[in-house]
Amino acid sequence: MKPDLNENIIVTKEVRKQFTDGDKVTEVLKGINLEIKRGEFVAIMGRSGAGKSTLMYQVSLLDHVTSGQIYVDGFNVTDMPEDDRVAFRLKELGYVFQDYALLPDLTARENVAVPLIMQGIEIADAYVIADQTLTKVGLGHRVNNLPSKLSGGEQQRVSIARAIAHKPKILFADEPTANLDTESSAMILKIFQELNKEGQTIVMVTHEDEYGDATDRVIFLKDGQISKDR
Amino acid sequence: MPTKDKIKIKKDAHVWRVGYFLAYRQIKRASLWTTFLIIAVMTLTFLNLVVVNGVLVGLIESSVQAQRERGTGDVVITKLLQKTQIENSQDILNVLRGLPEVKALSYKYIGSGNLNADYRRKLRQDETPNKVGASIVGIDPLQENTITRISDYVIEGGYLLPSDTDGVLIGANLLYKYTPIETSGFQTLKNVEIGQKLELTVGDRSKEVIVRGFIKSKVDENDFRVFMIESEARKLIGRTNMNVDEISIKLAEGSTEEDAIRLKQILLNNGFDIGARIQTYVEAQPKFLQDISNTFALLGNLIGSIGIAVASITIFIVIFVNAITRKKFIGILKGIGISPKAIEISYIIQSIFYAVSGSVIGLAILYGFLVPYIDANPINFPFSDGILYAPLTGTMIRVTVLLITTVIAGYIPARMIVKKNTLDAILGR
Repeated sequence: MKPDLNENIIVTKEVRKQFTDGDKVTEVLKGINLEIKRGEFVAIMGRSGAGKSTLMYQVSLLDHVTSGQIYVDGFNVTDMPEDDRVAFRLKELGYVFQDYALLPDLTARENVAVPLIMQGIEIADAYVIADQTLTKVGLGHRVNNLPSKLSGGEQQRVSIARAIAHKPKILFADEPTANLDTESSAMILKIFQELNKEGQTIVMVTHEDEYGDATDRVIFLKDGQISKDR
Repeated sequence: MPTKDKIKIKKDAHVWRVGYFLAYRQIKRASLWTTFLIIAVMTLTFLNLVVVNGVLVGLIESSVQAQRERGTGDVVITKLLQKTQIENSQDILNVLRGLPEVKALSYKYIGSGNLNADYRRKLRQDETPNKVGASIVGIDPLQENTITRISDYVIEGGYLLPSDTDGVLIGANLLYKYTPIETSGFQTLKNVEIGQKLELTVGDRSKEVIVRGFIKSKVDENDFRVFMIESEARKLIGRTNMNVDEISIKLAEGSTEEDAIRLKQILLNNGFDIGARIQTYVEAQPKFLQDISNTFALLGNLIGSIGIAVASITIFIVIFVNAITRKKFIGILKGIGISPKAIEISYIIQSIFYAVSGSVIGLAILYGFLVPYIDANPINFPFSDGILYAPLTGTMIRVTVLLITTVIAGYIPARMIVKKNTLDAILGR
């Protein structure tokens, strides 16, 4: 059956990923077939080493598959040249990393503004959008703070603001709450739910079962294969 | 399959703006001490590049300037090699006196002779006399001083008066006291004091003279000569006409080589080159000065090149360490879609900032302090008063070289880190 590229924002066909270390070949993803609909909030779960982060890196264009095909927003991105991938990530995708991944020399506002400026938005306008987005995640009062002056939860919210400020088609989050306390984790999850209500497609990797309940769909991975999809 | 094969995203359109945005903030929020140290290294490199070369070339340049100011003037007329004097000297002098561009001139009568301090004593058979061969130069003391200002270089005793028929000024290179060299080929006078009587001999004519002063101008044309007033010199040389042996011409203050060439051309147009050799101060320079100047410039550039290499390595290390410690953040930037070119540009801008800051501070130190200070207090070398020769054009060329080298030194490590796999950089692999 042909994948529906209009309804599905992400489609993978027989995606495999192998890592080679000398003579030793480890297959981390073993033929993943996956379809994620526009506006879905999907959690990818599984034990450590199941391949969940690796799968996210493939579909988010941060890594290259060994074999198989990946379609994102209708584009066959499998063999897309690196320069095009960078541009695609800038315009169409947003990322939230486990360790926040903020630039230490930039304030919260500047961190959020950088991708916007790269897209050609004037700096002053980028700051306005950054401030609005930071306000949306509850950090309107901390726009001028450097990351080192923010708590872990606040840094992760800046990271979310940076990921959504340019209104990406898909928001990818890799273990976004792993380094946070319960209160901060709940706040992050709440922000994701609100974004999803507004129509944002979200793909989140997590190993925490309770967060799976907050999503539309949970894909379980085991030994590089989808073991359950609910 | 209805896939879109091409994406329409304008890539790299804003790389410079983002590059500047990142660089500015990285510099602004960097450790003040680190920034200070890097700029200090760049400043010292710049000074090393300009000052070492400038001092080396300045040693010779000051000799060239001294030769012009204290020796030849801007244009010098001398006798032809096969002649004993400048023919039609008075015609030449009359024409020169009528030219508006000539501000001052002096003429000299020159003969070869010797100066004997032992003329009153009977020498033993095995004894050599305290005697030295020298050029005997007859001058109008006042006129000569307007050109060469040699009275400023009297280091002992006094200058000649126009009426001093017995007095002589002796160049320091003829005196053991100031030039303590004694070889079979180079004799100097020993134990000669101011007021002492000496015998001056030119050919078969001798005259008892009194030492009035010693001069040391660091110009051989003065320091190897014995000066006396022109009328006495003429008698001693046996010059029966008014032809002179050397005419020095001074042009207006700030005259260039082109002005000297123009005056030379006027004299050539008058046909004076038939009986005299006419040279600009550049043409009259001893060739060895130009050779040494070129050699010193080469040495200076060599030493400067080492300085450039050190600065390049410093910048390379600084940018490399900076980039390697930020490898993860560079990966993140690429991950969120920032063009690798923008990231490289941010590091290039930082390199430019360090190079420009170092150069600007270096320029301020150079032209605000070093050049005026060394001009006012020349470095005392035996053969010249060393100045810091740093013409603006040459300095700006060095600034450009430093800038280009620094940009390359900053770009290479940035490129090395930026080229790394994005995911590996993000995950710290």
